[in-house]
Amino acid sequence: MTTTTRVELDRVTIRFAGDSGDGMQLTGTQFTNTSAIVGNDLATFPDFPAEIRAPAGTLPGVSSFQVQIGETDIYTPGDDPDVLVAMNPAALKVNLPVIPKGSTVIVDTASFTRRNLEKAGYDANPLEDGSLEGYHLIEVDLTKLTLNALEGLELDNKAKTRCKNFCALGMMYWMYTRPLEPTKEWIERKFARKAILAEANKLALQAGYNYANTADLMASSFEVKPAQIAPGIYRSISGNQALALGLVAASKQVGLPIFLGTYPITPASDILHELSKYKEYGVITFQAEDEIAAVCAAIGASYGGGLGMTSTSGPGMALKSEAIGLAVKTELPLVIVNVQRAGPSTGMPTKTEQSDLLQSLFARNGESPLCVISCSRPTDCFDVAREATEIAVRFMTPVILLSDGFIANGTGPWKIPDPDALPQIDIHRPSDPEDFKPYQRAEDTLARAWAIPGMPGFEHRIGGLEGQNETGNVSYDPKNHETMSLLRAEKIQRIAQFIPEQEVVGPESGDLLVVSWGGTYGSVYSAVLQAQREGKSVAHAHVRYISPLPRNLGELLQRYKRILVPELNLGQLSKLLQYTYGIKVETLNKIQGQPFKVREIKSTIDALLA
Amino acid sequence: MSDTSTLTKKDFTSNQEVRWCPGCGDYAILNAVQSVLPKLGIPKEKVVFVSGIGCSSRFPYYMDTYGFHTIHGRAAAIATGLKVTNPGLSVWMITGDGDSLSIGGNHFIHAIRRNIDINVLLFNNEIYGLTKGQYSPTSPTGLVTKSTPYGSLDRSFSASSLAIGAEASFFARAIDTDPKYLQEIIARATAHKGTSVIEILQNCVIFNDGAHNWTTDRASKDDHQLRLEHGKPMIFGAERNKGIRLNGIKPEVITIGENGMTEADVLVHDEKTPEPTLAYFLSRMRAPEFPTPLGVFRAVEDSTYDEQVHQQLEDIRLKKGQGDLKKLLFAGDTWEVKGDQNHA
Repeated sequence: MTTTTRVELDRVTIRFAGDSGDGMQLTGTQFTNTSAIVGNDLATFPDFPAEIRAPAGTLPGVSSFQVQIGETDIYTPGDDPDVLVAMNPAALKVNLPVIPKGSTVIVDTASFTRRNLEKAGYDANPLEDGSLEGYHLIEVDLTKLTLNALEGLELDNKAKTRCKNFCALGMMYWMYTRPLEPTKEWIERKFARKAILAEANKLALQAGYNYANTADLMASSFEVKPAQIAPGIYRSISGNQALALGLVAASKQVGLPIFLGTYPITPASDILHELSKYKEYGVITFQAEDEIAAVCAAIGASYGGGLGMTSTSGPGMALKSEAIGLAVKTELPLVIVNVQRAGPSTGMPTKTEQSDLLQSLFARNGESPLCVISCSRPTDCFDVAREATEIAVRFMTPVILLSDGFIANGTGPWKIPDPDALPQIDIHRPSDPEDFKPYQRAEDTLARAWAIPGMPGFEHRIGGLEGQNETGNVSYDPKNHETMSLLRAEKIQRIAQFIPEQEVVGPESGDLLVVSWGGTYGSVYSAVLQAQREGKSVAHAHVRYISPLPRNLGELLQRYKRILVPELNLGQLSKLLQYTYGIKVETLNKIQGQPFKVREIKSTIDALLA
Repeated sequence: MSDTSTLTKKDFTSNQEVRWCPGCGDYAILNAVQSVLPKLGIPKEKVVFVSGIGCSSRFPYYMDTYGFHTIHGRAAAIATGLKVTNPGLSVWMITGDGDSLSIGGNHFIHAIRRNIDINVLLFNNEIYGLTKGQYSPTSPTGLVTKSTPYGSLDRSFSASSLAIGAEASFFARAIDTDPKYLQEIIARATAHKGTSVIEILQNCVIFNDGAHNWTTDRASKDDHQLRLEHGKPMIFGAERNKGIRLNGIKPEVITIGENGMTEADVLVHDEKTPEPTLAYFLSRMRAPEFPTPLGVFRAVEDSTYDEQVHQQLEDIRLKKGQGDLKKLLFAGDTWEVKGDQNHA
C-alpha cells in the first residue's frame, strides 16, 4: 500500500483526450455519471471531430471530453483542466496548449511510438525532450497494464487493447475517490450478450484502479464532496435529450401528438434519434427527403391538427426560410429547433457558435415576425422546449428555439420534475360554424382559432397569398396588407405580456450589467459571481426571450452605467439591443467554435470597471 | 361526420370568383372535380385540397372544402405531413408541371416512393403560365418562349416516366377536353389506396395554346389516343385496327390484318402487374410515333406510408403499453439527493 494522503477539493476539471476510436466520449460520460451519482454538481464539454473516423493517430482525429465536478454550483465545464489524460501523442499535442503548467498529465507510454509521434507531427518524443517540464507527468504503460490484466481471456490482443480506456478510467476513479460499481453495472448492461467483453472491460477498470492505488505514482488522491443540491431525483442529461423530453412533455400538456419533420444534420440529429424512440407516446418522426420537406411536412401536420415540429442547424434553417414564412402568414403553430453551429455555410459542424440569432429574427422575405427563445444550458432545454410549444399553440405562431452545439452535447445533472404537476395547455378552437372566420382573433393574444380539417362546418382556405382581414380571402387591397402586417407584428409583441419580466442577478442598478443569451450562460454567470465576490457593482441579465424581448428590458438597461454583451458571434444581441433601445453597449465577441472561458469574461469586466 | 347522401356540386363550390383566363383548361378540370366529388361518398369536411404555386394552384380557393395554398413545389411535402397526422382525411394535391417536376421534383418523387395515400392532380400544360410564359420541364426541346427566344435546349421530362420510375402505385393520364372521362379517372384514383397521380393534359390558351392538339383534336383523336383498359388489348384507331405490339423489348404500332398481324399479337393491358415495366413502356410512347396513352397505366395494391406509421405506433403501444411520461422522465441512471445529505 502507498502512503498517499487524501486532499479535499471544491472543484476539479478533467479532460480525457484520445483518438476518435479510443472511446473518450464514453470514458468521460462514465466519469461524469459516476460523479453525478456521488452527488457532485457538474458540467461537461464533449469536443469531437466531424469526421467519423479520421485516420488513427492524427491530429484531426483527436476527440476530447472535458468535465468539471464540484461541491459548489458548477455552471461551466471549467476553463483550465487540472488533469489531462492523453491516450496518444496527437491527443497530447492538440490539448497541451490549453493545459496550464502545474497540471497533471497522464499519458499512455505504449502509444508514444515513433510512428505515432510522426503522425502527430512531433520531431522528438515530448516525454523525453523536456517539453513537459512544469507539468506533473504521469507515465503509464496502459496498453501493457491492460493486456496483463486480461491475460487468459479468450480475446485477441487488439480486442484487449481496446479496453485500455477503462483502465485509464479506473485510475481516475482512484485519484478522485469514486466508486467503480456504477460503471461496472453499466458495463454489464452494455455487454449483456457478450459476457467476455463485459469481463474484459471490468478487469481493465479494476486494473487501472488497483494500479493507481498500489503504484507510488501520485502523492495523493483527491476528494470532491457532494454539492449542495436541492433534494430530489436526478439524472444526467444532455441538451438534446432534455429538449426531446421537453417536447414529449409539452405534447402531453397540449394533448396533441408530436409530428417531427426533420432531416439529419449535426448537431441536431440526436433530437430525431431520441424522439424516434418514443412511439408509445404517439410521437411521429418523419425523416424527410430534405430540410424543406422536413419543415413543410411539419407545417402540414400542424394544419392537420398535430404538433408540427422540425429540428435542424444553421444551413437547414436557411433552407427552411420560405416555408417558415408560410407558417407566419397562415398563423399555424410550429416549433423550429435550431441547434446552432459555427458558420457560414457548412462552417464547422461539430463546433459551437451563437451566430444564427439575427437569421432567426430576419432571414425571411417580407415582414415576417415570429417568436424566438433560447436555451441556456443542457437541463434548461426541457423547460424551453415546453415553453416554445406553449407559445406556438397559444399564439398560433412559429417559434424558433435556439440551442447550440455546446448545450446540445453537454450534460448536467437534471432534477427530474413531476410530470403530473405540469399544467394543461388549452387550445383555442372555434366553437360556432355559423359566423366562423379563419382569421378572427382572440382579444388578448390576437391568435386566430385553430380549426382543423375534419371539423364539420369550418371548411376554409388558407395560404401564402395575402388575405383579407378575418376572412382570409385573397386580397391585394393596399390598406388591408398594412393592417395584416401590423396585426401579425402586434400578435408577436403580445407574447411579451405572457412571458416573465427580465430578472437580474446582482444589484438592481450599478456600474455594469452583463447581458448574455443562450449557451454562454454558465461562463458569464460564473464571471459575474466572481466579480461580485470582489465587491464590484456588476449584475447579470440572461435573456431567454429574444423575440419579443421582455417587456421591462429597456427600462432595466437604463439602470446601469455600462452594458456588456459577450457573445460567440461578431455581435448580434448587442446590435439588437442597440437598435431596439437606442443604447450604447460594450461587446465581447469570440468566434473560434469554442465556448467562453470564465476568465475571458471576468477580465473584460475587470477592464471595464478599472 | 356529415351526411354525404345529399351532397351536390354546389356544396363543393366556394363563393370566390374564379380567376383563370377565359378558355383555360383549368375550368373544365375544376368543373369535373366539383361534379365528381359529391358522388364519392366522402364527407365534405374530410376533403382537403393542398396546392403549390402556379395557375393550377389557385384551385383550393374555388373549392368549398378545407384548402391550403402553400408555396412553390412543396405541396407534396405539406400533404405528406397532413395525411400522416390526420389519416382519416381525403387529401388532394393540385400541382402543375413547373410546380411538381421542376422546383418540387424532389418532394414529388419521394411522396410517390413512400406511397402516401393522396390524390395528385398534375396539370401539365408544358409551360409556366403564372410567371407569363417561360418554358417548363415538360416543354418540348426547341420551344420558343419568353425565356427561350432562340428555342429551348432542355430535354423534356415525361411526368409518367418520372412517376413510374419512382414506382407510383397508381398513375393515370386524362385530358381537360374530356371531362366525363376525367371524372371516371378521378373516381378510380380516389378508390386507390396510396399515391395516385393523374397527369391531366391541360391547355394554356395564352402561352402554349394547342400544345396537346395532336392528342385532343376531335378529328384525329381516335387515331391519336390509346384508351387503356385493364385486361383488354391495346387497340386504337378510328377503324379499331391498330394495336401496340411488343417486339423484343420495344413496343411498336401494328395494323391488324396487315403483315399477318392479328389481335392475338396485340399487347394486353395489365394495370395490376406488380413490376412497373409495362407501365413504363406506356410512359415512353410519344407522338407522333405512338398514340398518346390515356387512362390508368398502373394501379397496384400496396401498403401506404401513413397507414404503416400508425400501424407501427400501434404495434409499439401493444408491446410496451401506452407511454407513461413519468416513466420516460425517470428512465436511465437516476440518483436521489436527500435533504440531509448536504454538508455545510
